[in-house]
Amino acid sequence: MEKIKSLADLKKMQDGLRAKIDLREKSNDPDKRIQVKVAMATCGIASGAKEVMEVFIEEFTKRNIDAVVTQTGCMGYCYAEPTVEITKPGNEPITFGYVDVKKASKIIDKYILNNELVDGIIPVNYETIDNK
Amino acid sequence: MEMVKLTIDGKPVEVEKDTTILKAAKTIGIDIPTLCYFQLKDMNIENRPGGCRICVVEVAGRRNLAPACSTNVAKDMVVNTHSIRVLNARRTVLELILSDHPAECLTCAKSGCCELQTMAQQLGVREIPYQGEQSTYRKDTSPAIIRDVDKCIMCRRCEMMCNEVQTVGALSAVNRGFMAVVAPAFEMNLEKSPCTYCGQCVSVCPTGALTEVDHSRNVINSLADPTKTVVVQTAPAVRAALGEEFGLAPGTLVTGKMVAALRRLGFNYVFDTDFAADLTIMEEGSELLDRLTRYLKGDKDVKLPILTSCCPGWVNFFEHNFPDLMDVPSTAKSPQQMFGPIAKEYFGKKLGIDRKNMIVVSIMPCLAKKYECQRDEFKVDGDPDVNYSLSTRELAHLIKSANIDFNSLPDEDFDNPLGASTGAAVIFANTGGVIEAACRTAYELYTGKKLEHVEFKELRGLENIRHATIDFDGLPINIGIAHGLGNARKLLEDVQAGKSQFHAIEIMACPGGCIGGGGQPFHHGDSEIIKQRAAAIYREDEGKPIRKSHENPFIIELYKEFLGKPLGEKSHHLLHTHYFDKSQGTFVEE
Amino acid sequence: MLVCGGTGCHASKSDDILRNFQDLIRSKGLETEVQVIKTGCFGFCEKGPIVKMMPDNTFYTQVKPEDCAEILEEHVIKGRRVNRLLYQDPETKEYKSDSKHMGFYKKQIRIALRNCGFINPENIDEYIARDGYQALGKVLTELTPEATIEILKKSGLRGRGGGGFPTGLKWEITRAVKADQKYVVCNADEGDPGAFMDRSVLEGDPHTVLEAMAINGYCTGADKGVIYIRAEYPLAVERLKIAMKQAREYGLLGNDILGTGFNFDIEIRYGAGAFVCGEETALIHSMEGLRGEPTVKPPFPSESGFLGKPTNVNNVETYANIPAIILKGADWFASIGTAKSKGTKVFALAGKINNVGLIEVPMGITLREVIFEIGGGIKNDRKFKAVQTGGPSGGMLTEKDLDTPIDYDNLIAAGSMMGSGGMIVMDEDDCMVGMAKFYLEFTVEESCGKCSPCRIGNKRLFELLEKVTQGHAVMDDLDKLRNLSYVIKDTSLCGLGQTSPNPVLSSMDNFYHEYLEHVRDKKCRAGNCKSLMQYIINAENCIGCTLCARNCPVDAIAGERKQAHVIDQDKCIKCGACMEKCKFNAIFIK
Repeated sequence: MEKIKSLADLKKMQDGLRAKIDLREKSNDPDKRIQVKVAMATCGIASGAKEVMEVFIEEFTKRNIDAVVTQTGCMGYCYAEPTVEITKPGNEPITFGYVDVKKASKIIDKYILNNELVDGIIPVNYETIDNK
Repeated sequence: MEMVKLTIDGKPVEVEKDTTILKAAKTIGIDIPTLCYFQLKDMNIENRPGGCRICVVEVAGRRNLAPACSTNVAKDMVVNTHSIRVLNARRTVLELILSDHPAECLTCAKSGCCELQTMAQQLGVREIPYQGEQSTYRKDTSPAIIRDVDKCIMCRRCEMMCNEVQTVGALSAVNRGFMAVVAPAFEMNLEKSPCTYCGQCVSVCPTGALTEVDHSRNVINSLADPTKTVVVQTAPAVRAALGEEFGLAPGTLVTGKMVAALRRLGFNYVFDTDFAADLTIMEEGSELLDRLTRYLKGDKDVKLPILTSCCPGWVNFFEHNFPDLMDVPSTAKSPQQMFGPIAKEYFGKKLGIDRKNMIVVSIMPCLAKKYECQRDEFKVDGDPDVNYSLSTRELAHLIKSANIDFNSLPDEDFDNPLGASTGAAVIFANTGGVIEAACRTAYELYTGKKLEHVEFKELRGLENIRHATIDFDGLPINIGIAHGLGNARKLLEDVQAGKSQFHAIEIMACPGGCIGGGGQPFHHGDSEIIKQRAAAIYREDEGKPIRKSHENPFIIELYKEFLGKPLGEKSHHLLHTHYFDKSQGTFVEE
Repeated sequence: MLVCGGTGCHASKSDDILRNFQDLIRSKGLETEVQVIKTGCFGFCEKGPIVKMMPDNTFYTQVKPEDCAEILEEHVIKGRRVNRLLYQDPETKEYKSDSKHMGFYKKQIRIALRNCGFINPENIDEYIARDGYQALGKVLTELTPEATIEILKKSGLRGRGGGGFPTGLKWEITRAVKADQKYVVCNADEGDPGAFMDRSVLEGDPHTVLEAMAINGYCTGADKGVIYIRAEYPLAVERLKIAMKQAREYGLLGNDILGTGFNFDIEIRYGAGAFVCGEETALIHSMEGLRGEPTVKPPFPSESGFLGKPTNVNNVETYANIPAIILKGADWFASIGTAKSKGTKVFALAGKINNVGLIEVPMGITLREVIFEIGGGIKNDRKFKAVQTGGPSGGMLTEKDLDTPIDYDNLIAAGSMMGSGGMIVMDEDDCMVGMAKFYLEFTVEESCGKCSPCRIGNKRLFELLEKVTQGHAVMDDLDKLRNLSYVIKDTSLCGLGQTSPNPVLSSMDNFYHEYLEHVRDKKCRAGNCKSLMQYIINAENCIGCTLCARNCPVDAIAGERKQAHVIDQDKCIKCGACMEKCKFNAIFIK
């Protein structure tokens, strides 16, 4: 990896990365992809987030669904772990709680493929500093 | 120096910046009680973990109480050392400590000189309201020291002595919370640890958690056995401290009374370890001269500096920590262990007493001596050269239990021949004394000239590490002195690194030398007591008609009659030893 | 159509609403167009039940089952909002249709947690895309250390580890000390039971800590950082290691960061598993390889810390705030919170609360809002009794404190403390004496044992509480509890002991009647104290089937077949097996 040599370089890099993420998340590009984030902190992993993540990856490959599965940190909903946030292109992200292996398949069947919601949605109840 | 003004108990006081409240209070006659705090002034030894919380005082504006021992004064501070809040807290803390302490005062070895007992008395504790579980541990008996840590109050003084002063590292806090206690690593037996038995932990322990192994009963049994001839030898440091146990001022010399008491106790012969100290000088001094001469002739095999070897704590220390330097110390045995074979093989044979029927008892300021006399290399067919070693404190108990009014005893003299000694032997008790005694003899033997001034004042003092150059008639001899094993370690590391400029080094394990030994009456952190003992030793030396070991007529006769010459074959057999690598011997569980 | 299925809304008939909607949709044949979904708690139970319409994000509050028809008719079919069910802003009286504009959603503001759950913590690019390392870049190129410290001072940020010391001031003090080497330490030894704020930050956003530590290094003049993290956090360690590797590869750690000539690198030290190592002096001793024990302050770590060098210790959450403050400015940060406590605080909600988890709220929020709105209220709709803040050394706050704005000073005034952010909610089924005992058990376990009041006092305190819960205590014991608590707080060496009696004192202050009941009436109203419980057989219901007697493990139940049985209370061990087996509800607890 190349070292970042100055603040200007860092800013340039940030712009590039942002553009890439925006492209992935916001554009109406036909190549847009579904993004799945699995909360993989200790609390999530302890309640089975690893297996859930594997299900998503396997099912997407199996069914040839173009989606990105990534891990992220704790979303704070420890009572509802494992939690998974799904962003479909053009839609607000939706967070599902209590996602076990069975429910993961259900989410793929219903929400990802058919736009139908399933039980256990966790409403977003906080602001980030980006809103300020 | 910046001065700070404050008020303690309504009295104004002005002290130097960075003074603790405890010390500031002392300057105006306010004695705040302490328990874990310990200091040997002028000797760079201080323990103030701030752990016992007995010394807490109220500082205006502060949320909680402040430990006086470890809180520095500040400008305009208002301190109250005996408000209701303070008195209640102090008493409650003491009651808590007592609630986790066995109430065995009547039978405790420390009874009468226990600081916890004194504190309970001072604060007038009449009951212990907070009863509950007590923390109990395995009792651990080593050849010299008993750990009964049910009585440990976590003052950490022993830990400070063992780690900071002695750098032995045998003792440290283990476990946590209620079960926290000071112990060797993994709570192994002390015997398995790198402990040197220097006994400094015992000498600072405020309670009976650390005490010596008591051999007085064995001695009483031997004295009562008509088939045994019981011979006693007394180390030089004992005579300068024994009086303290009988209420005499520190530094009172009680040589004559001690001899009288020993005789009344029933010892058949009252001899002096000083005699053996003179013998040590003959052997060790000759070894120094031998190595020095060969070195000056360019002999590459010869090792310098030569290190003294009369301190058993120190011998244990280098066997554990510096096994690569085992050929550096003198091979001469310690005076205690030279005395043994001379008593049994020379004096005993002369009287026709079989060595098995002769019991040699030593009175020592030291606890490592208890271990030393049990070492296998100092036994003949299982019979130790020295059977039992008692500490100064044990001797005092023995005298008291025999109904002897020590202070009214007349002065009596040692028996001959093994009771005759010179001033050079007496000063073995002080740090720097052995090397001074060696110089007195080595100078005359090397130069062939008479020494005008026998006192080498440049070798005396209480500084941790001292060095001096003695002029051997044109040949400068560099001498190093260390007391306390931490200081010894520094000199040893220089030797290890090949940086040492010394020809000879004297090392004593205990701060101050044998006068500050682990078997001496408790000084409770009063360094004045140690200084007074040192002064008494030098007084004893000054009063001696002969002050050089090689002029001791009985020593001269011993060589003529029995040993031949220093470093001769007989000497080699009886008076010299070898050392063992013990660095691997530690931390191994059975 | 999202219907809240949280316990709070469930209690206010959300199930009926759900069923109504489903029936209506079916009857109107809208199954393919409208879907009804039960969701987790919206965290707004006060205004529940909640129904949210998608995709237009309309938010209906306090919906009754009879409103369903209107919502379906008006909103779904005609596309018109039902205004009377919209949320009315209590201040402006305006109706808000979109949850994004509702005041409630300002209750949580994520600053420290801004990236947790957003970015992939193992990918530095995602951090950089979200302003990562911009603050460091800004500080290094545009700001002097003094100016940066000034920003922090102006922001009002206080230490989030519990002490609440102003962070900017701490940095300034460390900066002012002259030394050849300084250190920056991140305290990640999170040990409060039930608290995991730091773990979440480290697992979700490790780079923010690295960035803030580098900024700290620049400001205080340190080029070395150490993260002291508990070994029980393997995932956090793993992610930190990945983050450090990536940052080094990008040159954001190491030499000449961003071409500015500033050098800074970080290493990880593992905690030794002791709670007390969260105390900064104990933490530093542990880092040095010594026993994790606190020492008396002063000297503070900023003067003499790691290896005797000036050391700035800050907590994970404190660090996580810093990059945001640098980028968004001191005024922005200071605009959040109360007069003396600025910004937000992360809390770990636990205990008898519906939404167990991690929240970040602005200082000044009330406990009521946290527990009943964000936390979704008490589990199983039980009655709120108390909340323990500040971990094991905090206090219990009750009903009367629910509307107190949460900040450092108010919590202390209310008899508790901020601590690191644990918040454990208790309901009427929790015995307050039992809770105090639970926390004491923890502190007894975690005391290092250095100072007597904490080592022995807490043990005695625990034993007294045990006596109370077992029904053996007398009234005098309650006085002892109080005195002991005050003395332990007043005399202990470090924060652990100075606060450990807080649960006892605050439960005695707020629930003295429960203590009295245990002591005088031998009764535990919550039914938690086993020793005070009695299993009794109701003779009227008992048919004498003998099933209970056969299942009793200690043969405590006697009785003839077809006759009412009796439990011998002396033998009974209160295992409850009899009650479980009884088919006739004849056994009850008194």
